[in-house]
Amino acid sequence: MIRFTHVTKVFPRTGTALSDVSLNINKGEFVFLTGPSGAGKSTILKLIFLEERPTNGEVKVGNISSATARGRDVPRLRRKLGVVFQDFRLLEDRTVEANVAFALEVTGAPQSVIGPKVSRLLTQVGLGAKATSLPRELSGGEQQRVAIARALANDPQVLIADEPTGNLDDRATRGVLQLLRDINNAGTAIIMATHDLELTKREGFRVLEVNRGQLVFDSAEPNGPAKAGI
Amino acid sequence: MRLAWREALLAFRRAPVLSALSITTIAFSLFAFGLFGLVALNIRNALVQVEERVEVRAFIVDGTPAEVTSTALGDIAAFPEVLSAKMVSPEQALERARKELGEFSDVFDPGILPASIDVRMKNGHRDPATVKAVAERIRTYDFVDDVRFGEEWVEKLYRIRNLATLVGIVLGLTFASVAVIIIGSTIRMAVLARAREISVMRLVGATDGFIRSPFLIEGALKGLLGGLLALGLSALANSVISKFVFRADFFDAKFAVAGVLAGALIGLLGSAVSVGRHLRDV
Ligand SMILES: Nc1ncnc2c1ncn2[C@@H]1O[C@H](COP(=O)(O)OP(=O)(O)O)[C@@H](O)[C@H]1O
Ligand SMILES: [Mg+2]
Repeated sequence: MIRFTHVTKVFPRTGTALSDVSLNINKGEFVFLTGPSGAGKSTILKLIFLEERPTNGEVKVGNISSATARGRDVPRLRRKLGVVFQDFRLLEDRTVEANVAFALEVTGAPQSVIGPKVSRLLTQVGLGAKATSLPRELSGGEQQRVAIARALANDPQVLIADEPTGNLDDRATRGVLQLLRDINNAGTAIIMATHDLELTKREGFRVLEVNRGQLVFDSAEPNGPAKAGI
Repeated sequence: MRLAWREALLAFRRAPVLSALSITTIAFSLFAFGLFGLVALNIRNALVQVEERVEVRAFIVDGTPAEVTSTALGDIAAFPEVLSAKMVSPEQALERARKELGEFSDVFDPGILPASIDVRMKNGHRDPATVKAVAERIRTYDFVDDVRFGEEWVEKLYRIRNLATLVGIVLGLTFASVAVIIIGSTIRMAVLARAREISVMRLVGATDGFIRSPFLIEGALKGLLGGLLALGLSALANSVISKFVFRADFFDAKFAVAGVLAGALIGLLGSAVSVGRHLRDV
């Protein structure tokens, strides 16, 4: 469902962030993307949701290819993906439910659909009781749950999480991971970037490791060269 | 769409001073158009009345045979610009002069006034250039002594009208570009203030058109309000002039609506240019 073919990304000022990365992620998979800070994890995720385009090679997500995608393909793609970040990126001046509803409003969903859907999503992430709170009234773990609820609003096939537990304590980290596991069990693929190696070992999911812009390990093919994805 | 309208209306509360400034400059822009437009309109209406009386009068040399003048009369009447041509005898000329001059009519001796051919121009051919051309053509007849037409003051009126139109357009365009710039910078600030929101919108799959629409609505609304304000100011100016100076005509409804819509267009233009440029930076 997601395929990188010999992807290289060069930033004008900082140079090569990724070199010749090939990989393949299937429907419903749970994949950890790991590696030290600055290795290129976030860049890989940004290439998936078309925040960045590859300098060379091709990124394909579903039927949208980085080589041919036009401006209006970007929102089309983003509605099939959910994205969460370390810093949550909630709108501070809106309630929890308004933050989640926002993702539905901008895609033109009718009001009659938005209300029930938002309360179902908030129940799913365990925040049914906090619908009318403001983000700053919540703990970090709770804020990340709101962000996850928002990411799930358009029923994505993939949830992309960039260091989602980076700002959370152990307890909250475990809670968020459990939530992601539940979401994955319901059929949504999850790609989670984290520099926390311990965390990836505990779970037994597929692990992709990047270092200095190269894919150095893929637990799906532990012996083969990391470039086996093609 | 609901979201877009809500955001657009919120923008007024977020930046009330700049919003008021945008609306005012658009209003001034259109008011300049409107005021000088009114001057031009009223001169034009005055000209129409004057023009209806525009005549070319060719005085005829004494003793010209009647056959000659009547042939010429037919020729002149057949000019494409000419509505009618008629012969005025010295007696008729005297009669007319007496009527026009009232009590001073006694100073005229019969025979003092020459016979003339009076020519009326067709509607649409009463501008100075055409009138002059026809007069010159008539002057070429041998039996024509002199040709008179109201050249000077007709030309003067035309020149005033053209000047008023020009001043209106120049002032209006100046204000319009100031309005576009002010609206543009208002939108720029609004875009930057909402950068975070816009990036979240993009993240969850809002189209560029959707992201843009509140800003466009905001601009068009300001323009519309500016246009209404300008219409109000023009109406006020018109009624003041009508009351204290002379009875002036006002724009018809179609023109008024077009003016207000032009305001909306200026606002839309200002925000479209700015939002396109600044969304790229967010
Ligand atoms: N927008 C950008 N412009 C320039 N350089 C960038 C940009 N994003 C990332 N980089 C560079 O690319 C490299 C990989 O960054 P990133 O993918 O964020 O690493 P990670 O997420 O693994 O910590 C770093 O050297 C970083 O400086
Ligand atoms: Mg990163």
